[in-house]
Amino acid sequence: MKKIFALLFISLCFASCSDDDNNNSLSPSSTTLSFSHNWNGTPVTNADFNTIQFTNENGEMLSIERLRYLISDITFTSTSNEVLDLDNYNLIDLTNGTNLDFNLGTQIPPGNYSNVSFTFGFDNEDNSQNYLDLNSASFNVPDMLGGGYHYMQFDGKYLDSNNAEANFNYHAIRAVDNPGMNPTFPQDTFFTVNLGAVTISGDTTLNIEMNIAEWFTNPNTWDLNQLNTVLMPNSAAQIQIYQNGQSVFTLGSVSQ
Amino acid sequence: MKKLIYILCLCFLFSSCSSNNDNEGYTPVALDLEIPEIFSNNIIPPIIPNDNGQTVEGVALGKRLFFDNTLSGDQSISCASCHSPQNAFTDNTPTSVGIDGIFGTRNSMPLFNLAWNYNERFAWDGKELSLERQALEPVENPVEMHSDWSDVVSRLQNHPEYPELFRLAFNTSTITKELAAKALAQFERTLISANSKFDRYSLGQTTLTPQELNGLDVFLREDKGDCFHCHGNPNNPLWTDNDFHNNGLDTAFTDLGLGAVTGDPNDNGKFRSPSLRNLAYTAPFMHDGRFATLDEVIDHYSEGLQNSSTIDPLMKNIAQGGVQLSAQDKADLKAFLLTLSDPSFLTNPDFQN
Repeated sequence: MKKIFALLFISLCFASCSDDDNNNSLSPSSTTLSFSHNWNGTPVTNADFNTIQFTNENGEMLSIERLRYLISDITFTSTSNEVLDLDNYNLIDLTNGTNLDFNLGTQIPPGNYSNVSFTFGFDNEDNSQNYLDLNSASFNVPDMLGGGYHYMQFDGKYLDSNNAEANFNYHAIRAVDNPGMNPTFPQDTFFTVNLGAVTISGDTTLNIEMNIAEWFTNPNTWDLNQLNTVLMPNSAAQIQIYQNGQSVFTLGSVSQ
Repeated sequence: MKKLIYILCLCFLFSSCSSNNDNEGYTPVALDLEIPEIFSNNIIPPIIPNDNGQTVEGVALGKRLFFDNTLSGDQSISCASCHSPQNAFTDNTPTSVGIDGIFGTRNSMPLFNLAWNYNERFAWDGKELSLERQALEPVENPVEMHSDWSDVVSRLQNHPEYPELFRLAFNTSTITKELAAKALAQFERTLISANSKFDRYSLGQTTLTPQELNGLDVFLREDKGDCFHCHGNPNNPLWTDNDFHNNGLDTAFTDLGLGAVTGDPNDNGKFRSPSLRNLAYTAPFMHDGRFATLDEVIDHYSEGLQNSSTIDPLMKNIAQGGVQLSAQDKADLKAFLLTLSDPSFLTNPDFQN
């Protein structure tokens, strides 16, 4: 009799387990992009701001005082090359610690994906639209510089060649020449970040890491004594920012 | 029988609850803010607290309180004494004098478009975390109204008209300081200024002069004024980021500003960016009113910056004193800035006593 009860109990346990599994596979899963930041592997949060403690590739010591940037057009490419293109955007503000987690809701069906990508900044079509939230955040680029929005606002201080504190405004925008009524655009400076293959199974968080030091490193060793402020109307500087940005983001852990 | 007694008790309880309500069935008339087209086209909606929706009666009560000397200790000044409609709801002295003849340490902030301060940090140093909380402070501030809320509430409660006005606004004639603050905040949220020459230019209703247009160019150019990173732009018609910056006024701080509120030394010397609207009526300028004219303000950013550990990285050429504008660019920048002033805001009958 005891054996029968034990069997019944175990059966019941299995039955409830399998019920849960079924519910999981039926219920839509939530996907979140979580952005974290580091300086060559050392985590950086806004608690690390305002102190000259980072050394860039060129040997200049610097602080971070403001860092916010825009990502958009997240895509999930299935193994059969179907592209799920989310027409969305997110202004990540490390300064205030806001929007570091971007919840995509249940838009991503569980499955294997050969690539996940996002756009750093806006592509030109998106950049020509009017976004009330970004206007409210004063993230605009003036019309004479082509309008649209900053891709990134990264402000801080560095020790210059005289060992004196000086300011830098590492602002990424669409590269522009001939500021004024009819600006011209030498090349696109938004770029696609490919994170690689991901499996979505249940609620999933993709941890995306920005190595801030990379903005100063590769392929252009950034000399803050030469390029510090007034970079927005400097198309050559914007193109260098674009080039250095290619290696800034990587996919860290995927948690489920 | 027990059931009957139980039911009777319940009925009694409900009836006593409703008898606390002075005005059963009455609801104040909801009043939506009139959002200007230039705002709805460009920025996200205003912040209205869930527990203090705008009503016709609430705004009317708030307006009456705003102009009423009853709120001050000796009943000699009102909110409007330092926040005068004729000065875009500020005054014209560097700092303001309270009932005891003592001047404070801060310039009275102009009041307009307050519902669009999305972070809801009010005052120069951000110490007030909502308009409702801000409205409580000056009444008891010893160098301002130097009063006591319990006295004020008592005076209002014994007033021949206020209990009825509170009943109409809040469904109760039992006056509290919290309800008074709610009414004041409702009125303040109606103070909307969005009818400047530049607003009409943005809407295609007028043109700017070549000088004003060049001034806009100076304002927006990163290699000239670079004002727009902190003070808005044609797509952010608040003309402020409502954020906190050290704009290079001093090498050492007698007033810590935001730093005294947060306790973070990295915030020392930071003050909230004021809107550039209505500069024609809001002199003197800066948190301590140190600059008597707009020319002095422009000179400060051009040649007068003082370095300090917390100066904002957006301040340029600090070693040279600033952005080094030419005399012509300064004049043009001033001409542009004055296009942000809205004379109709000063004379709006809804805002007069």
